[in-house]
Amino acid sequence: MIKQLLVTLDDRTGLLTWCRGVLEHPVPPRTGWWYAFGSATFLAFMLQVITGIALATAYVPSASDAYASLRFITEQALMGRFLRGMHYFGASAMVVLIGVHVARVYLMGAFKFPRELNWLTGALLLLLTLALAFTGQLLRWDQTAVWSVIVAAAQAGRMPVVGQDLARFLLAGDTVGGATLSRFFAFHVFFIPALVFLLVGLHLMLVLRHGISERPTVGDPVDKATYRAKYDALLKREGVPFWPDAAWRDVAFGAAVVAVVAVLALTVGPPELGKQPDPSILEAYPRPDWYFLWYFAVLALTPTNLETVVIVLGPLIFGAILLFVPFFNTGERSVRRRPWAALVVLLIVSTIGLFWVAGERAPWSPDFAAKPLAAAVVRDTTPEVVEGARLFYAKGCEFCHAIGGQGGARGPDLTLVATRMSPLEIVGRITNGGPNMPAFTSTLTPAEIQAIVGFLTTRK
Amino acid sequence: MDVVSRGNSPPEAPHPADSAEVLKRRRFLSRISIALSAAAAAVVGVPVVGFLFAPLTRKPPAQWKPVGPVDEFKVGETVSVNFEDAAALPWSGVSARSAAWLRRDDESSFTAFAVNCTHLGCPVQWFPDPKLFLCPCHGGVYNADGSVAAGPPPKPLPRYPVRVRAGTVEILTGPIPLG
Repeated sequence: MIKQLLVTLDDRTGLLTWCRGVLEHPVPPRTGWWYAFGSATFLAFMLQVITGIALATAYVPSASDAYASLRFITEQALMGRFLRGMHYFGASAMVVLIGVHVARVYLMGAFKFPRELNWLTGALLLLLTLALAFTGQLLRWDQTAVWSVIVAAAQAGRMPVVGQDLARFLLAGDTVGGATLSRFFAFHVFFIPALVFLLVGLHLMLVLRHGISERPTVGDPVDKATYRAKYDALLKREGVPFWPDAAWRDVAFGAAVVAVVAVLALTVGPPELGKQPDPSILEAYPRPDWYFLWYFAVLALTPTNLETVVIVLGPLIFGAILLFVPFFNTGERSVRRRPWAALVVLLIVSTIGLFWVAGERAPWSPDFAAKPLAAAVVRDTTPEVVEGARLFYAKGCEFCHAIGGQGGARGPDLTLVATRMSPLEIVGRITNGGPNMPAFTSTLTPAEIQAIVGFLTTRK
Repeated sequence: MDVVSRGNSPPEAPHPADSAEVLKRRRFLSRISIALSAAAAAVVGVPVVGFLFAPLTRKPPAQWKPVGPVDEFKVGETVSVNFEDAAALPWSGVSARSAAWLRRDDESSFTAFAVNCTHLGCPVQWFPDPKLFLCPCHGGVYNADGSVAAGPPPKPLPRYPVRVRAGTVEILTGPIPLG
């Protein structure tokens, strides 16, 4: 009875035959776990769609109410906190997984003939994933979100010619406000996901059309004239059905991804909501979410005269590299014969990693939370020295300079400054400033300078 | 279904013996269909694109906003003042609130600095003791007159025009100054 129903259904729709064709199509043998990152990325995206739809049933995309609705979701709605956590860690997973997938495809030369367009559709998906990550952070409409929009608009504003228009397009006007959040909401939940669905469909169609790439073999270069015949022969000879021989790994890895995301959502929870999205609250320490923290560091560490070049050309060069990769579409696929490919990936990963660590520490930011130096750190009880130590805090020196582990890291640590600078040199530095230090000649009286120098000369 | 099949060949013409008249008619029908589709797409697309890009055609706002009675400000002091931004919408809520650093220079004159760092727009904070504006994002530092003292900012802090009307200090606000 059920069988008859299925046969009729298939006769009328062709769906079952089509699904069987997709599931049982032959794939190269021994593909292994590295091939599971693409499907896991898609799974993470679906996780985002599902948790996102759930969140959208309670989230209010209005500049005045979004914050309150986020509070409601996090603190009162049943499973709301968990869902927000899933959506956050799902986003993180999607960024990580697509990153690994791109690196894997590049390192194994899987983008070569005839799969160039697989690469290009994938590259667009990578950019869209980053766009989703950025717009998503802004929907968490708190103080940091508001300042992140402003920082993004300021960067857009650096573009020559179109900069100001681009900035106004992002803000949906001239100020952050009602129109801004609605615009980002529409992009985050409608426009970009629609493009992602479209491109994932195209990407998968291409994967089916050209077949999953076989594992690269050293000394077996891709030749346009012979590749397809060789690939077909390989499938005839050793091909295995996609389901379940290769697919079980996708399923197992995917299940692990969902489990990790769920556990993190439960234990760590969603990112805390910051202060209200009120740009008149000036005690703010805007930081992007972790996936853009490295770029935050790039913007802090780039020399001022190169900055506009980096802001404008950086993304363009990144896009151009992604675009040009598939032009190297023949030759060796194995990374053992493409050592520079490994070097490129290593370079990108370690650069991002180093900037990420720098962004996490942010030594360039003044330490507004610095406390007055404790008597145990000051040691000396001479009134002049004690007064110098007080001024060292009061006049803002400690925002940038640490003594005994207290204070900022923007300028040199002054715990032992007297061992390397004479009192006269210290006076000179305070009055004239340095490359990254303001001159204090107009803000400190000679007596104050003398007291601070008196204190600093005891630092040895 | 051969899912790895490739090189789809175009379908064969259904009626190879169709007359020239029929072929001409067919060409006409396909052209008119494409033209109609394009026109329909334009009817939908033009307003949508126009709607999305509307912010670019709007004139930048400029409004005098009161920030407090003159007597509230002490000569020589720099304080933050709040105002509603010049392009607030009814549903903007607290995100339409904005701030500036206002200093009373003497009995009759004021200086208003934007709070937005010229590096990337983060909010600078005024510290009265060292007499500096510091930015929390990338460590920009400005002197009391708004000139760059250290760090990445490329330009001095922007200023707003200030005036006193009927005992109230007003500043001329407009777009967020973005560098």
